[in-house]
Amino acid sequence: MSAAAPLLDIRGLRIDLPTGAGSATAVHRVDLALAAGEAAALVGESGSGKSLTARSVLRLLPPGAEVHGELRFAGESVPGMSRTRLREFRAGEVAMVFQDPRAHINPARSVGDFLVEGLTAARGVPVREARRRVEAVLQEVGIPDAERRMRQRPGELSGGLLQRVMIAAALAAEPKLLLADEPTTALDVTTQEEVMAIVTEAREARGLAMLFITHDLELAAAVCDRVVVMYAGSTVEELPSGALHHGAAHPYTRALLASRPSVGDTASGLRAIAGRPLSGFEVPAGCSFAPRCPRARDACRTDTPLLRAAGTGTSACHYPHITEEAEQRA
Amino acid sequence: MTASFLATRLTMLVVTVLVASLGIYGAFMLAPGDPATLLVGGARKPDPAVLDRIRAEYHLDDPFFAGWWHWFSGCLHGDFGRSLVYRDSVGHLIGERAGDTFALVAYAAVLVLVLGTAIGTVAALRGGRTEALLTAATSGVMAVPTFIMSVLLIWVFAVELPWFPVYGSGTGFGGTLSHLTLPAVALAVSWVGYVAQVTRTSVRTELRGEHVETARSRGVPESVVIRRHVLRNASGPIFAVSGVGIAGLIATTAVAEQAFGIGGLGALMIDAALKQDLAVVQAVSLLFVVLFVAVNTVVDLVSAALDPRTAQGGSR
Amino acid sequence: MSTAPAPVLPSAGRTPPVRRRRLDTATLAAAAVVGVFVLLALFGPLLAPHDPNAVDPLGVNAGSSAGHLLGTDDTGRDILSRILCGARASMAAPALVVLVSTAAGTALALCAAWFGGWTDRLVSGALDVVFGFPGLIMAVLAAAVFGPGLAAPVIALSIAYLPLVTRVVRAAALKERSLPYVSALGLLGASTPRIWLRHLLPNLAPLILVQATIGFGYALLDVAAVSFIGLGSQPPAPEWGLMVSNGAPGILTGQPQQSLYAGLMIVVLVIAVNLLGSGLSRRLPGGAA
Repeated sequence: MSAAAPLLDIRGLRIDLPTGAGSATAVHRVDLALAAGEAAALVGESGSGKSLTARSVLRLLPPGAEVHGELRFAGESVPGMSRTRLREFRAGEVAMVFQDPRAHINPARSVGDFLVEGLTAARGVPVREARRRVEAVLQEVGIPDAERRMRQRPGELSGGLLQRVMIAAALAAEPKLLLADEPTTALDVTTQEEVMAIVTEAREARGLAMLFITHDLELAAAVCDRVVVMYAGSTVEELPSGALHHGAAHPYTRALLASRPSVGDTASGLRAIAGRPLSGFEVPAGCSFAPRCPRARDACRTDTPLLRAAGTGTSACHYPHITEEAEQRA
Repeated sequence: MTASFLATRLTMLVVTVLVASLGIYGAFMLAPGDPATLLVGGARKPDPAVLDRIRAEYHLDDPFFAGWWHWFSGCLHGDFGRSLVYRDSVGHLIGERAGDTFALVAYAAVLVLVLGTAIGTVAALRGGRTEALLTAATSGVMAVPTFIMSVLLIWVFAVELPWFPVYGSGTGFGGTLSHLTLPAVALAVSWVGYVAQVTRTSVRTELRGEHVETARSRGVPESVVIRRHVLRNASGPIFAVSGVGIAGLIATTAVAEQAFGIGGLGALMIDAALKQDLAVVQAVSLLFVVLFVAVNTVVDLVSAALDPRTAQGGSR
Repeated sequence: MSTAPAPVLPSAGRTPPVRRRRLDTATLAAAAVVGVFVLLALFGPLLAPHDPNAVDPLGVNAGSSAGHLLGTDDTGRDILSRILCGARASMAAPALVVLVSTAAGTALALCAAWFGGWTDRLVSGALDVVFGFPGLIMAVLAAAVFGPGLAAPVIALSIAYLPLVTRVVRAAALKERSLPYVSALGLLGASTPRIWLRHLLPNLAPLILVQATIGFGYALLDVAAVSFIGLGSQPPAPEWGLMVSNGAPGILTGQPQQSLYAGLMIVVLVIAVNLLGSGLSRRLPGGAA
């Protein structure tokens, strides 16, 4: 990891969402740092708070949400930005690719309107110049007949094509950080691979940092430099992608790995994690994973563990699972 | 929008008008007693020679469809027959009064569109207490029909605050505007409430839309987000409901004209109905039905064009 | 968190249960107001302190007093008595409109949904035409043909209101018809009339009731408007729409009481009916309508 100040620095992030009566904590504690050009994956089940964490980087939270802790981009506090600065920040420094392009692109306006808007309305780029730039990016993401596509409505494009349009829109803004919120979940398998290849290529060509949100550990490790695992609103483990299979120290990460089907491993079968995943709203005292953890002891039910070095990465566990290989390296 | 959609709606328009004209003409055959006596109007007993002349003039002894076709084709050519009560051609009677009705309905339609969408948008965007207040007010106003609103306005503006003239239709543009303000408000008010409520729901739904989140995530200024993404996408249902409202104004203009003493088509129809002058009632009600159906058709076509989700594969 | 209510799935051969939810306070209050109006329609004449048609040439256009709580009208008749006695006349005609259009509309809807094909196309096409004919214009036309009085407008409005009931009931009946329990009943040998009366109608009843409630609000306004323009109830009937119109000249001379009180009765009743209708529709299986 570079010694310079990280591009994105999240420390002790907590997010409270308004409910019918008062508020409830959806994200409890997220610690995460991302250097320029680096890619990290935020992995977790639905309800673990990974999407909310990504949205908080752009301050795209539901009205009434409260953010505590530190969230800095290139040293600047994001919650402290003025409205004008926030708009500038969204328009040119961080871009987001959403999960469902069908819903996230206005169906009533043309694809061209959508692509150009990020430059014209948000940054004041002249329309002709914006069109020129957008067409170039469309070529880059593998849409050759840009001019025709831009005249069409989103309804006339396939899901995979539409997700490329969304990626092109994000790239056209020339951001420093790309937030990708499960960009391939809504697509079929072959399209998924194509889209991920496009993202990786474009990222490497531009030295773009990425926070990749997914529930798929294998995909996360394949695409990113580091993997950050979230459970019930907290980051529970962080480790280099290469060490995922052998160096995972947190029982939750290990359970996730064990519950994934993999080719050539048919004999052992799948092991489901006992119990039900918790959302950030229903976290008990102590470690949030304790009720489902086979290794839980008394301390786990009373004291909340914090991230600390364990094996090759960091882990929020009182009794991390340290393999010999990892121990030797440490 | 596709050509077949256009063709279907236009066919429906023609069929509805044809069947409605049969109903209007047929109603007159249902009348108790001799239709010729009805055409003379009133309760006087006219002499047989006059009745025979009327029978011949109105083709009353022809078979039903021949009689209908004679009347309907006449109407298509602008020949609506003669009124024996007003002693004038029906076409002339209508021509004299159409202007006031058109001005009143157009004025009320502007109110419905402008006020309805503005109130609904403000309620949805402001939220909180403003929204609750506006929703309660529009719900209340929706239950006040034109005739009661007319009476209330006359009370407030004739007795308490003499700001607007209360009767007649005025001359010149300014005079017409000030004379028609109260009737137009009375006519429009419950539709303003309705359009405001639909606008509010529609805008709220769009505000929660994912594509709005995308636009915000890209730093698009909020005013542009509201205009291009929220209002633009909500415009389909808003326009559809406003159109139903404008068609509704045509159906109830008679009440406002009667209440404020405006000599328009609606007042003519009521007056003719009271005098049982069927030639006039038939012609005016056919005219109203044609306008009502035509407005509804135009609204359907425009809202399909506004909302590509209902007519997929279209271009602007 | 995410416990969306599962749809109630009917088991074959049995009538699916109707989901029950408690009515909210506003709906209950609206129901209470409607109840009071119904009582007025039934017993209004018994409560009236005066003969509603007794004129008093010496006490015209009087304000509120102990003898006349709401004052008197332009011929010295007691306004309170006229409003109380008018409840029946004002509510009976719209009730009749709703009764006729609901009964006929339900029958048409069931036929269209059950027999499908040409029957359905004919019914739906005819209703589209009727829908293109505004109720008020139909009422004026009927009054012109049959002469002033409530009979002609009531018939005309009954026809004009057919689409309101039929469209909704037809759609629901089509859905109901496709449910497995209906074909199971057919296989068990139940006759068509039996299926209609014992299963289809009871299941559609809540929806029909909601449509009838909404229709009553519209009908009340339309009947009152027809009376207001002089083609409905005829003087000296104490009907509210007619009273609003009778009182109109008095407004200019500073005696608005007759118009205002009669108008207030109509508005309060319509608001209560609308609230009741939307409250009931929220309780229908399938949620808000």
